[in-house]
Amino acid sequence: MGRNRFQGRRPKKGADTYQRTLISRTQLNTARGKRFYWTALTIALVLASLVFIGPLFWMATGGFKTSQELVRNPPVLLPSHPSTHAFTLAWDRLGMAQLLWNTIVYAGGALLFQLIFCVSAAYSLSKLRPIFGNWILALMLASMMIPAAALVIPQYLTVLDLPLVHWNLQNTPWVIWLPTVANAFNVFLLKRFFDSIPNDLLDAASVDGAGPLRTLWRIVLPMSRPILGVVSIFAVVAVWKDFLWPLITVPAHETLNVGVNTAATSMPDNALVGGLFLASIPTIVLFLFFQRNIMAGLTVGGVKG
Amino acid sequence: MAYALATERLHDGTEQGRGSRPAWKALRRAAGRNLRAHAFLFGALVCFALFTWYPMVREIIMSFQRVHRGQTTWVGLGNYRQITADPEFWQAWGNTAEFTALALVFGFAAPFAVAIVVNEFRHAQGYLRILVYLPVMLPPVAGILLFKYFMDPGFGLFNQGLHFLHLPTSQWLASKSTAMPSLVVVSTWSNMGTATLVYLAALQGIPGDLYEAAELDGCSVLQRIRHVTIPQTRLILSLMAMLQIVATMQMFTEAFVLTGGGPEGSTTTVVYLLYNYAFSYNKFNTAAALGVIMLLVLACFSAIYIVLERRGGED
Repeated sequence: MGRNRFQGRRPKKGADTYQRTLISRTQLNTARGKRFYWTALTIALVLASLVFIGPLFWMATGGFKTSQELVRNPPVLLPSHPSTHAFTLAWDRLGMAQLLWNTIVYAGGALLFQLIFCVSAAYSLSKLRPIFGNWILALMLASMMIPAAALVIPQYLTVLDLPLVHWNLQNTPWVIWLPTVANAFNVFLLKRFFDSIPNDLLDAASVDGAGPLRTLWRIVLPMSRPILGVVSIFAVVAVWKDFLWPLITVPAHETLNVGVNTAATSMPDNALVGGLFLASIPTIVLFLFFQRNIMAGLTVGGVKG
Repeated sequence: MAYALATERLHDGTEQGRGSRPAWKALRRAAGRNLRAHAFLFGALVCFALFTWYPMVREIIMSFQRVHRGQTTWVGLGNYRQITADPEFWQAWGNTAEFTALALVFGFAAPFAVAIVVNEFRHAQGYLRILVYLPVMLPPVAGILLFKYFMDPGFGLFNQGLHFLHLPTSQWLASKSTAMPSLVVVSTWSNMGTATLVYLAALQGIPGDLYEAAELDGCSVLQRIRHVTIPQTRLILSLMAMLQIVATMQMFTEAFVLTGGGPEGSTTTVVYLLYNYAFSYNKFNTAAALGVIMLLVLACFSAIYIVLERRGGED
């Protein structure tokens, strides 16, 4: 409801209102300007497609080629005798189904834990305002200054033998899930968003007898959908892209990244290339599906980061 | 703060008086409120404590200790002496500096240039945005291994292309002098999407009248970039530079997957060395010392950035 109202106020893209950029529109509307514009656009489109889709195309067709065809000089654009043999070989040899499943479990769990713990922490810091809250927030934010790779050693030793309870988390999903909660950026993003929700609304809920959990669930969360989307995408992408941490902590249940790298040396070239493509398909599909949200999230994250 | 809140309530209670709400009741309510608030914080606090704050302290302590047959002894600066005596240490910092510098030049200029150009287009902007960002979403290892084929000195597409254009071919990853720049190419290809989109968003926030005015003053396109675009995006540019320095100084995956630190240690980065010390040589304490050094170096960069930002803000 509220969202639609705001959208209505935003100036529409169209002929009447336009954003003046580096080169003015009058300049582009001259005959020479038009020719220049269309040439530049064509070059940009061809170049960008070549640079960013070209490798993917090469990967996809490479899987259909034989190994000799793959490395032939000069390169062949399309396989002469396309065969799916390399793909099935890659699927089996890599254990792709298992790798994919592991990665999905890690990413899904990380998402769930981050949503539960980061949201409730941010809610508490923003609206319940506990004693020492500002100190805790400061300590969390300070951890953003620490480069992740520098802390890998003590983190690894910690998950081998968790303090007080002495659990060994190695090779369990917990070792991926729990550390992702310690994400100051998420807490910060969420807290800032919650800060912008008027307190009157929460007070009204409290007068109506709603406890903090109910207020969070019924009022704060429904209003926070955009930011929850952003945090969710960050959470999934981070697990999806991580390499060093899963490499050392879950060697028995590898992620897609680690598994593909481990198997890379022992595979025929065309099978490996086919495997790389198979490994990329889920992300490409997911990305094309969610690209609008991802782009929106990126600008929020980038500008406020 | 909550204490202040509690006493405030207390005060209210006594002033309103009438004895119906004794002071301790307000205090208990404040305590209950705090308890509830901390219950909401609990999960995240435990995770931060276990996986960030405790490891931080532990790393510093570890770096002054050595473990021999289960016996932990204090060795003072021994680990630091050991790591700095290793010629690989200085080489790794040199390599990392080279990568960071190159990645900054390419990874900084390329996305900014792409963003400026794309921002001028009235058509296909969405398509171009998707294209640039696509590699960022691929599983990194898939993107990185792909370049192993392109960069093969024998049959690789890059060399074939160079040969076709009658340009000198390169050994790419196989030679000591070109291995690191090759990694920069891979890393730029796979990561430039993020920066490009952030810059695009920033460019779209620049008020058009500034360009209008600059044009009326007779500024050429390049001058408009220099006097309008760059000053207007200065904040986001410097922030991205800072983030990029911190990110590229931690480069590991590319080197691990593509070159294994070689040839002749020319792509062994600091994080790679840290990984080797811990998981190949089993010297966790020396690795911890290296981690602390890394923390200090990056803290220096952050400090420099903050000082520059402050000074920039005063102008």
